[in-house]
Amino acid sequence: MAATFYGLMARFDTAPEIYHAAQQVRDAGYKNWDCITPFPVHGLDGAMGLRRSNVPKFSLLGGLTGFTTGMSMIWFTGAFDYPLIVGGKPYFSPLFAFPISYELTILFTAFATIAGMFILNWLPQHYHPVLKSKEILRGLDDAFYVVIEARDPKFDLNRAKALLSQAGAKEISELEA
Amino acid sequence: MAHAHTDHSAPAILAEVKPVAFPRATLVEKNRSFSWVTEKICGIIEGPTPRWWWIAFAVSGFLASFTVAGIIYLVSTGVGVWGHANPVNWAWDIVNFVFWIGIGHAGTLISAILCLLRQKWRTSINRAAEAMTIFAVVCAAIFPVFHVGRVWFAVLPGYLFPFPNANAIWPNFRSPLEWDVFAVSTYGTVSVLFWYIGLIPDLAILRDRFYRAGDKIRSALYGFFAMGWRGSNRHWSNYEMAYLVLAGISTPLVLSVHTIVSFDFAVSLLPGWHTTIFPPYFVAGAIFSGFGMVLTLMLPLRAIFRLEDLITQYHIDCMCKIILATGTIVGYAYGMEFFIAWYGSNPYEGFAFINRAFGHYAWAYWIMITCNVVTPQFFWFKRIRRNIGLVWILSIFVNVGMWFERFVIIVTSLARDFLPSSWGYYSPSAVEIFTFFGTFGVFGVLFLLFIRFLPIMPMAEIKAVMPQADVHGGHDKH
Repeated sequence: MAATFYGLMARFDTAPEIYHAAQQVRDAGYKNWDCITPFPVHGLDGAMGLRRSNVPKFSLLGGLTGFTTGMSMIWFTGAFDYPLIVGGKPYFSPLFAFPISYELTILFTAFATIAGMFILNWLPQHYHPVLKSKEILRGLDDAFYVVIEARDPKFDLNRAKALLSQAGAKEISELEA
Repeated sequence: MAHAHTDHSAPAILAEVKPVAFPRATLVEKNRSFSWVTEKICGIIEGPTPRWWWIAFAVSGFLASFTVAGIIYLVSTGVGVWGHANPVNWAWDIVNFVFWIGIGHAGTLISAILCLLRQKWRTSINRAAEAMTIFAVVCAAIFPVFHVGRVWFAVLPGYLFPFPNANAIWPNFRSPLEWDVFAVSTYGTVSVLFWYIGLIPDLAILRDRFYRAGDKIRSALYGFFAMGWRGSNRHWSNYEMAYLVLAGISTPLVLSVHTIVSFDFAVSLLPGWHTTIFPPYFVAGAIFSGFGMVLTLMLPLRAIFRLEDLITQYHIDCMCKIILATGTIVGYAYGMEFFIAWYGSNPYEGFAFINRAFGHYAWAYWIMITCNVVTPQFFWFKRIRRNIGLVWILSIFVNVGMWFERFVIIVTSLARDFLPSSWGYYSPSAVEIFTFFGTFGVFGVLFLLFIRFLPIMPMAEIKAVMPQADVHGGHDKH
């Protein structure tokens, strides 16, 4: 089967190099491109021009759901389904319902945050051209890569290669899809 | 005073402000490279199983069988096999529960609170400490779950979890014991999630290394849990945010868990339990005991796997100082309890504390004071913090002391009820003793499996705090 061309993968050896390369690729106006780094490089989000992550929106939604679940569960069991006087206390009060609602807020926030991270990152994704490349072993170990996808509207093989070499790439390889 | 020489004609503004430059401790010594970190951590998993591992595993497995035997006997016979009897109806079960839960708190402190406080030294110990948290919660959960006797009643007729019982009555949500069910199960779940999220990038490294080495089965197993992680910075961006949110919610969580555990006692009317100081006092004690356990576990690992460049003397100093600080808070709380008992002029309260220190359980009280108040004071001295063997021994004293703290609080108050006619003396039964010591085996088995099959340190996080990770090459300028 003939392999289709996916994009270019350029290696950089240090964190400052990838940082400056990312700034140049960003300024060249590419949209479908990425950096592969062994660890979250501090400041690279800005160099890539990424916006703030949307994960906290999922977290907030999860937290609100958790708190509501806690309060309504305790109201339902104690004041609606089987009202029972215990120690002369009210059937329902937000005060005694608070600790459990607080815990459920945290529980649901945790699940929502992680779900949000997976959804936004489109994971699990066990097949990807980058993973197929032999370079991934170093990409997770100690090397830094810029990947520019061929589907980017501005993509032109020679110009992209020139940009990456000029940015100081040590090695440029072609990725197949 | 600085203002004494101020010229009143001109405002006193310095031309240039030079902040004091504190020398930053190196977190990875000997100027190691990124791939040295990868090789070091992955090498532990990829290498052959060491003989000491099998010996330790066999010993832990044997010890764990005590717990298994203890709970089988308990479930088949009844809770009477434990030594509780009027007036001491709470004893080793809840002592052990609080002890293990407390141990877990250091893991969350390291992974969450120190993350928010940007304490970068946390990176090399947080993975193992989080694993410790999870396994400690497992050991803790054994006691409340099995104290219901017919263990299935914990869930279905809703002794613990909210399912209606035979008379369609729901659990009592006004009770801190029910809050505890939610606090501890949330704590366990969130700890596992946090730990797993941290593991994803490291599992991806193992996936690819095993793939290149031709081990397709292990590659597939690690790969399944790595979720196809490829180190994309677009992913890291969301990942870092998720990690920060998890750290942000785990911080109030860990504080709430031991607070709610302390409510189990503080909302009762029993002298010695009914005190408002309990929540901060319990949280400090939990962190104290947890760091004791972190040192007990990490110092041997450091020696066996030659991790001195990753867990440096600076790391050990930091942990010793946290033990010193929290141990001193605990010591202050012990003193304050006595002061309030005297100042509050409640004769029962006064008696409870005099009885703790000089009554039938005075031996336990003084073990507690020695281990928890005296032991940490040694960490004032640099020479002691640099003596690894001594630090390890002192960390064990901390663990022992914190177990006795819970024993003293719980048993001394119950054994001397309001009326002398209901006084008693509690001793554990053989079943309880075996069940408790067996939990160290359960913990050992789980922890040994962890160090054999999972990366014991977060490689990506360690690399991120190394000087080479700075995009502005900051290490050259200083």
